[in-house]
Amino acid sequence: MTVPAPRAEQALATVPPGAPLLEVEGLTVKLGVEGAQRAVLRDVSLRIRAGEAVGLVGESGSGKSMTARAIDRLLPRGAEVDGRITYDGGDVMSLSGAAMRRYRDQVAMIFQDPRAHVNPVRRVGDFMTEALRTNLGVPPAEAARRAADMLGQVGIADGRRRLRQYPHELSGGMLQRVMIAAALLTEPKLLLADEPTTALDVTTQAEVMAILDDLRREFGLAMLFITHDLELAAAICDRTAVMYAGQIVEVRQSGLLHDDPLHPYTAALAAARPDIAQTAPRLAAIPGRPLSAFEAPVGECAFAPRCPHVRDICRAETPELIGLDGGLSRCARAIELRGQLTVGHGHDGNSDG
Amino acid sequence: MAEAIAELAETAQAGPVLEVSGLRKEFGDLVAVDDVSFAVPQATSLAIVGESGSGKTTIARMIVGLERATAGTITACGRDRSAPARSARDRRRRGSEVQIVFQDPYTSLDPRQTAEATIDEVLRLHHGWARDRRRARIAELTGLVGLDDRQARALPRALSGGQRQRVAIARALAAEPRVLILDESVAALDVSIQAQVLNLLANIRDSTAVSYVLISHDLAVVRQLTDDVIVLHRGVVVERGKTAGVLDDPQHDYTKRLRASVPRPGWKPRRGALQGAAGEEQKTP
Repeated sequence: MTVPAPRAEQALATVPPGAPLLEVEGLTVKLGVEGAQRAVLRDVSLRIRAGEAVGLVGESGSGKSMTARAIDRLLPRGAEVDGRITYDGGDVMSLSGAAMRRYRDQVAMIFQDPRAHVNPVRRVGDFMTEALRTNLGVPPAEAARRAADMLGQVGIADGRRRLRQYPHELSGGMLQRVMIAAALLTEPKLLLADEPTTALDVTTQAEVMAILDDLRREFGLAMLFITHDLELAAAICDRTAVMYAGQIVEVRQSGLLHDDPLHPYTAALAAARPDIAQTAPRLAAIPGRPLSAFEAPVGECAFAPRCPHVRDICRAETPELIGLDGGLSRCARAIELRGQLTVGHGHDGNSDG
Repeated sequence: MAEAIAELAETAQAGPVLEVSGLRKEFGDLVAVDDVSFAVPQATSLAIVGESGSGKTTIARMIVGLERATAGTITACGRDRSAPARSARDRRRRGSEVQIVFQDPYTSLDPRQTAEATIDEVLRLHHGWARDRRRARIAELTGLVGLDDRQARALPRALSGGQRQRVAIARALAAEPRVLILDESVAALDVSIQAQVLNLLANIRDSTAVSYVLISHDLAVVRQLTDDVIVLHRGVVVERGKTAGVLDDPQHDYTKRLRASVPRPGWKPRRGALQGAAGEEQKTP
């Protein structure tokens, strides 16, 4: 069943057809830190078709949030960007002014901590309807009606009253639902969701995830869902990309990611999580710590220093993303390791760094 | 409830190292903790599971004396600690009975103190040992938590989150406590680091007679580290028992909902999880 495709493009072509809504090609980002330009993304390529949900999974410093920020043109000042981002056929990097505002209405973003992204002294209705009123010229009364309706869609019943409230009067879970409703009001085509449920309780997370999934399908919305949780991504995403040290190391149909990964890092990540259904004598910890792009070794596999499957070939050059079994893997031994990367295999089980 | 405690106590050889009975905490009109009782036998681990506003952290703060209980008793190693410590000596003794590791390794360490100095201070204060003996113990403790020499001499800002949490664990262990309270101590860590710290905690439990009280919202972490569990909802214990039994076959509706909300292979989020949980609307104090 192992059918290696030599070129990444070939594998990308094996995903269902349809022109990509968003296309990221060879994105490399460097940020100025203490006078030096440090790489945070290396050669990231990603395609999202209309209506498709794509997961982006990784640990701290992997570059998953930076990817979303680059797509929404929210990188810090002085960022050095290489590569291409195309939305609906148009170049995103050259947008400015009114075109930029229209783009952000089309590509809406929701963040991990809604409280950090909302003005605490403005009423919920005021900020929810802002884009409608200022960018799209919708009359205030009509904008308020639409906002109240949308609150109903995210499960907030007394919308009219909520519009008059301030953010501090709402719980975290309710405020995040308000943020989702606000993002949907401009009828976007793509939602960039950056750990939108990480700060929420698990029962609230389940509710918010269900709402996101329902409304996304209802509105035919594409989504880039960023999380550190493989299982959460798998629950609502068609495909999932796994990032490590600023690179995409695997792209896989979400349902296969946990049980049949293509990259040793994905396998190690799945194996390191404790299991709610059983107690392990010891967890299969990954030695060392996750590296940022600028800390990772260059000219070899970035995961090599922590990988249980490392061989000389892994140190010889930076592996390319190769197509494999309908997915992509940035591992020099990917083909050789097929079938060996299931949870519970390939680890000494007790390594510690 | 009294039966459940008696049952827990029976399983232990000696009496419980920590016992909490009829614990209550009010903040103004809000009852944050309502008639909570549990016992932790020596060398076993208890999980306190709950979401925001369940009162789990308030319980931890009362046990270590950062909050005073409105009613109820707290006993550690057979000695009452419901009222504030009366002397420095009393406070020290309590510190040798129960220690706590907080969630955020970025704010719980003194930014001007190296890991070695942090541990040394505790050794001096609690044991009054001479320099050589302290130095030997520092080497043992840093080795136990997996810090190398360079990390042991580093300031917190030069350490990663996982490394800082190791320092916080080593500091807590330096007092040689009978009970270690882990208040969401692994929640902020990356998955690969969290596994290392959970393994470390399991190693420490196997090599010492320490008991853990793990305060957590993460049921998989609870399964990995604890023997017994109590489930807290809005300040009230709604379910208790062996961790494996409660997670495999939850009885209370709230525990069932909690269990069903955990993402796992094949899991699909469903709307309506919040029905009957209007408490989500209520903000925590």
